[in-house]
Amino acid sequence: MDEREARASLKDLGERLAKARGEHRPKLAARGAAPTSSALAFGLRIGLELVVAVVVSVAIGWAIDSWLGTKPAAMVVMFFLGVAAGMWNVYRAVAGMGSKVGARGGIAGAAGDDEDED
Amino acid sequence: MALELHPLEQFVIKPIVPLHIGKIDISFTNSALLMTIAVLLATAVVVIGTRREELVPGRIQSLGELAYEFIGNMIDETVGTDGQRYFPFVFTLFMFILFGNVLGLIPFGYTFTGQIIVTFAMAAVVFIGVTLIGIWRHGWHFLSFFVPHGVPIVLLLLLVPIEFLSYLIRPFTLSIRLFANMLAGHTMLAIFGGFAASIGVLGLLPLGLDVLIFFLELLVAVLQAYVFTILTCLYLNDAINLH
Repeated sequence: MDEREARASLKDLGERLAKARGEHRPKLAARGAAPTSSALAFGLRIGLELVVAVVVSVAIGWAIDSWLGTKPAAMVVMFFLGVAAGMWNVYRAVAGMGSKVGARGGIAGAAGDDEDED
Repeated sequence: MALELHPLEQFVIKPIVPLHIGKIDISFTNSALLMTIAVLLATAVVVIGTRREELVPGRIQSLGELAYEFIGNMIDETVGTDGQRYFPFVFTLFMFILFGNVLGLIPFGYTFTGQIIVTFAMAAVVFIGVTLIGIWRHGWHFLSFFVPHGVPIVLLLLLVPIEFLSYLIRPFTLSIRLFANMLAGHTMLAIFGGFAASIGVLGLLPLGLDVLIFFLELLVAVLQAYVFTILTCLYLNDAINLH
């Protein structure tokens, strides 16, 4: 009897917890979007993206070249791919900024819009 | 009087307890010492913070709760509740980097996050771990991550390598960002400190500047720990939720 009572009150507590969490969740998401410190963090985040993409790609290209003996070819190709990848990364980060913190969601929305116009 | 500045000297690794196994140098260095202190302090904050749970938290309990909720909310917002099972890893990473960055600002300390190999090792663990989580969760379907949808096949020939490359670059940007920020900040502090010491009364000027830069560095130290952690969360989100 005592146990049943305890279980009932536990269940009640669980329901109230779930309800409180449901009410709490949107507030958390809204708070994450605003503060200025995260804007500064965002700037620090994307600053490097472009440069590192090019440097790493050219290094990979150089490695492929010295491995296959095709002196400048792979390096040149990888340079352009690196520039594209770097810009793509920056664009993705910036485009995703407005929606939620996850960058992918923003891009999927943008791509969907393009499809409609075509 | 020659101006002698060695702003990069602070990053020299000095063995404290020399140890060698065969030809491998595994000496306990100043870098390792600071890492140990960072781990001990981070553990202390959590352990002491939860030892006596009071309704009105004291300083350390408050610090522990703040950090816990900060990371918990960050995972909730970026990955969703699904990501909570990786909370221990993300929390450990954040505390380790945070304490590493801040301890480096204490005089006679050492900034181990200013060593590229340290940050790259952490970024590599994140990169490999996140990739494995993605493959484990989605199997071969994980490869669809590199294929943007709604794109003509001809363009895919170009876009898939770019996507793959931009994925491959992640550990590099992740590690270089933290390392470069720490290196640059501490070098700047040392240079201004050197000026202050060598030009007499006028040295008050760079000294004052150094104080201001110090506060900036404190901000950068916390912010970079945050950036490293939130990027880890974002990568985790990519692996768990794919597109």
